[in-house]
Amino acid sequence: MALTIAEVEHVALLARLSLSQMEKEQLAEQLGAILEYADRLKKLDTENIEPLDHILPVSNVFREDAVKSSPDREEMLANAPMAEDGQYKVPKII
Amino acid sequence: MQLCDLTIHQLKTRLEKKEITSEEILDSCLGRIKEVEPDVRAFITLLEDNARNSARLVDKQGNYRGLSGIPYGLKDIFCTRGVLTTCASRILENFVPNYDATVAGRLIEAGGIMVGKLNMDEFAMGSSTEQSAFFPTHNPWDHSRVPGGSSGGSAAAVAAGEIPFSLGTDTGGSIRQPASYCGVVGLKPTYGRVSRWGVIAYASSLDQVGVFTRDVADCALVLQTIAGHDPLDSTSIDIAVPDYAESLQNDIKGLKIAYPREYFQQGVNDEVKSAVVQALKTYDSLGAVIDEVSLPHSEYALPAYYLVATAEASANLARYDGVRYGLRDFSAENVVDMFSQSRALGFGSDVKRRIMLGTYALSSGYYDAYYLKALKVRRLLKNDFDRVFEDFDVIAAPTAPTVAFKLGEQTGDPLTLYMNDILTVPINMAGLPGMSIPCGFAGGMPVGMQLIGKPFDEGTIIKAAYAFEQATSFHLARPGLGVK
Repeated sequence: MALTIAEVEHVALLARLSLSQMEKEQLAEQLGAILEYADRLKKLDTENIEPLDHILPVSNVFREDAVKSSPDREEMLANAPMAEDGQYKVPKII
Repeated sequence: MQLCDLTIHQLKTRLEKKEITSEEILDSCLGRIKEVEPDVRAFITLLEDNARNSARLVDKQGNYRGLSGIPYGLKDIFCTRGVLTTCASRILENFVPNYDATVAGRLIEAGGIMVGKLNMDEFAMGSSTEQSAFFPTHNPWDHSRVPGGSSGGSAAAVAAGEIPFSLGTDTGGSIRQPASYCGVVGLKPTYGRVSRWGVIAYASSLDQVGVFTRDVADCALVLQTIAGHDPLDSTSIDIAVPDYAESLQNDIKGLKIAYPREYFQQGVNDEVKSAVVQALKTYDSLGAVIDEVSLPHSEYALPAYYLVATAEASANLARYDGVRYGLRDFSAENVVDMFSQSRALGFGSDVKRRIMLGTYALSSGYYDAYYLKALKVRRLLKNDFDRVFEDFDVIAAPTAPTVAFKLGEQTGDPLTLYMNDILTVPINMAGLPGMSIPCGFAGGMPVGMQLIGKPFDEGTIIKAAYAFEQATSFHLARPGLGVK
């Protein structure tokens, strides 16, 4: 079943994606179809199955809390669309 | 045969004997690139001058160890210091990293000659390389067909003789499927075997770096170079890397090979099926023990995969916000509009669709029904494999349900395109190593057989692949040179 346009708009806001009216209509259809396909998982009884969060038997990989050199600031900022005084620049927030 | 058609180990032998130079190999590769690239279009960025300087340096030093003097290419998902890294997306079309991915650094240390960056589906999302924001890559065996994807440029360049090896990434089949479509060897190692530091992320619990080569011995050699723990990647495992050259042996008597019945149903093309069945007979004649098994949850792998992969993608791709790097829409007046409009301009339609699906699956009210459910199914899929590996060493199956399809044939319905991955995604869900090797032809197009191993047991699948290769000649066939 297709999603509603309101549902698509809600998800698009969460994902920070601005969509055209045509994209919204297409996605409502396509996401509906994909979710319908995903619904076949509901046939499986997974009541007592532990979710598999991580495929490897490792957790909490730590390293020494040691001071190391960081990447060069100017080099990092060279990829920024806008930078000023050694910092990233964005439109006014407050 | 020209130098560019030789394998790494053949080139190494001739380099060590000083019969040829690295610059001669590079010239041969560049000649082939010039000849075929207008039709194949595997490269996003070519680094002819850099490559020539590196080759001359290696020749001057005259020490041909490791991969010294051997040209290669990287999928454009690997960060390369000072070299454009686009992930085939408009949002990164001007991105020049100031560091090398760990594996990129290891190839440089090993003396390899980086020739360029290879085309792919945008952010590794796709199965045909038609989702590149720049241009599609074509299959060297038939230019009207796709090379597969997402690492389509990496597979096509090796198949066409442009470079002897390349690296790619595999989240749901993105190395094995294009290897199958292009008639080359493609290996996705175990999750955790190879560092992913500096590799642009798609789905972090599934992504793994791997190798494209023209034969199994070369695959073992390149894996040896890139495998092993990296303190910068907390998911790379600190265990010993075996000597893969020791796996290059013919004797596979008593090796237990399972073929899952589910992988020979699910809409698998008859000619593909019969090529793999024939390959199983070859294994039988080599003294391996072959038996049918069941992986009963196989049909649930694809829907579960799409929920897990897109959920993780929606989080990973949140970083493209037009602030620190990448494209920005300068017309936006506030920050939220700047994020939303930059992303709208920079991402292609399939990437947007997957971000939307993943965001939906993680959103409040749907998390349990979709994402959590998919993780539980993931456990069932892994249990299926664990059970089979109690009794078997290797699982063999077709890599993809069909041979390479035509460009434009599968661009309409996203679900149809997703079906190409039906035989490869379960392996990523279980974190296992998988390899595709050439095992036949259907209608003149290569067919791949997938060999799946136990976690961190790449050695055994290399052994099984090598024995098959020694007994057959499919890997010697080259596009345009006829099928032997």
